[in-house]
Amino acid sequence: MTKIDTSSPESVLPTPSHTVGPFYGYALPFSGGGDIAPAGHPDTITVHGYVYDGEGKPLPDALVELWGPDPDGRVPQVDGSMRRDAATGGHLGRNGVEFTGWGRVQTDANGHWYARTLRPGALGRNAPCLSVCVFARGLLMHLFTRIYLPGDDAALAADPLLSQVDAERRGTLIAADEGRGTYRFDIRLQGEGETVFLEFQ
Amino acid sequence: MTLTQQDIDQEIAAEHAAYEKRLADGAPVEHHPRRDYTPYRSSVLRHPKQPPIAIDVTKDPEIVELHAPAFGERDITEIDNDLTRQHTGEPIGERITVSGRLLDRTGRPVRGQLIEIWQANSAGRYAHQREQHDAPLDPNFTGVGRTLTDADGFYRFTTIQPGPYPWRNHLNAWRPAHIHFSLFGSAFTQRLVTQMYFPNDPLFPYDPILQSVTDDAARQRLVATYDHSLSVPEFSLGYHWDIVLDGPQATWIEEGR
Ligand SMILES: [Fe+3]
Repeated sequence: MTKIDTSSPESVLPTPSHTVGPFYGYALPFSGGGDIAPAGHPDTITVHGYVYDGEGKPLPDALVELWGPDPDGRVPQVDGSMRRDAATGGHLGRNGVEFTGWGRVQTDANGHWYARTLRPGALGRNAPCLSVCVFARGLLMHLFTRIYLPGDDAALAADPLLSQVDAERRGTLIAADEGRGTYRFDIRLQGEGETVFLEFQ
Repeated sequence: MTLTQQDIDQEIAAEHAAYEKRLADGAPVEHHPRRDYTPYRSSVLRHPKQPPIAIDVTKDPEIVELHAPAFGERDITEIDNDLTRQHTGEPIGERITVSGRLLDRTGRPVRGQLIEIWQANSAGRYAHQREQHDAPLDPNFTGVGRTLTDADGFYRFTTIQPGPYPWRNHLNAWRPAHIHFSLFGSAFTQRLVTQMYFPNDPLFPYDPILQSVTDDAARQRLVATYDHSLSVPEFSLGYHWDIVLDGPQATWIEEGR
């Protein structure tokens, strides 16, 4: 039954996950979803890449959510990522000055996505990284991963998560520096070069 | 060779039997579908084959995934939770009220978090460009809603009973009527996207997406309960559906959340 009796802990069991399906595209993405950095902020970086299936084909219907701290390593607690306009019922977008840290982008017809956000600072013992959640038709439960930024080899070597990953797969979690603050991060759901995905316990 | 419903039925039965055997051999209850669930053909090339890396969040409680993106009153408008009022005319179909609570694994309400829904119209058609099912579109129904949970974790939507719709997984594949839900908890690790179904739908046994939840009790938790006290006189029929978020969360509770 789906009236949960909260007085008996054994009846509080998780609601199962389901695929996002093919038809979320008019519902979940919103204008400015990938423009997480306040306009003109000097610490803005661009992260982008493709999402591939087990045959190396790009997914035209994947949804990527990104979430990360500001350059000082502070986790934003600011709302307004998807501000709405009471006059039209449509999207207003972000207000251009506040950093919410969270964004949502859909892959395009070529399987490509991009987002502009602030360069994340280190949080706790982590090397600087962005948290990522991937959804797609065919994916019955979302996948978590992380985008680490290259550059500080000592921080990456000391990162408590990266050090758990086999050396030959570690690179799938580290974006490639393409210069001018642009970083490439492809997500391979299956097969050769399969991205390392995470399970939180 | 065209896949028939019978082919899919056999695969669903085999997956169910394999799960029952795992349980009998002492494996844990599986509350979520496995990502490699072949009867749902789109999953075949879209699931990782390597095991995930486990992160014990208790060892590093400051990591970012234990916080959640914040949403607030700016992110919704007043009528976003009433899908029947988003156009100038009345949408066609049976009006329904869907309400329930958003809870965490300890049964505590998740307050002030964003719930997004989307669904087909009463004829089983999505307002999506790539949707090819030739059922009529309804100019007065888009099928998208959002709301924030209240201080007790309650949400409430007014909408139209969605219709079942065909899809191309196999010959004569039909999805039972459902509403898609997207949910955030107090930690990013609790993120959930799922689907709510309606009681006693005859399509349940034939649908590989619903059947991907191989645990019988877990699958039941995706089906709303008819609730006469939620029905609005002269207006709508009521359904109650509580949602429990899985995944670790911060052991401390932030003030006001
Ligand atoms: Fe659907």
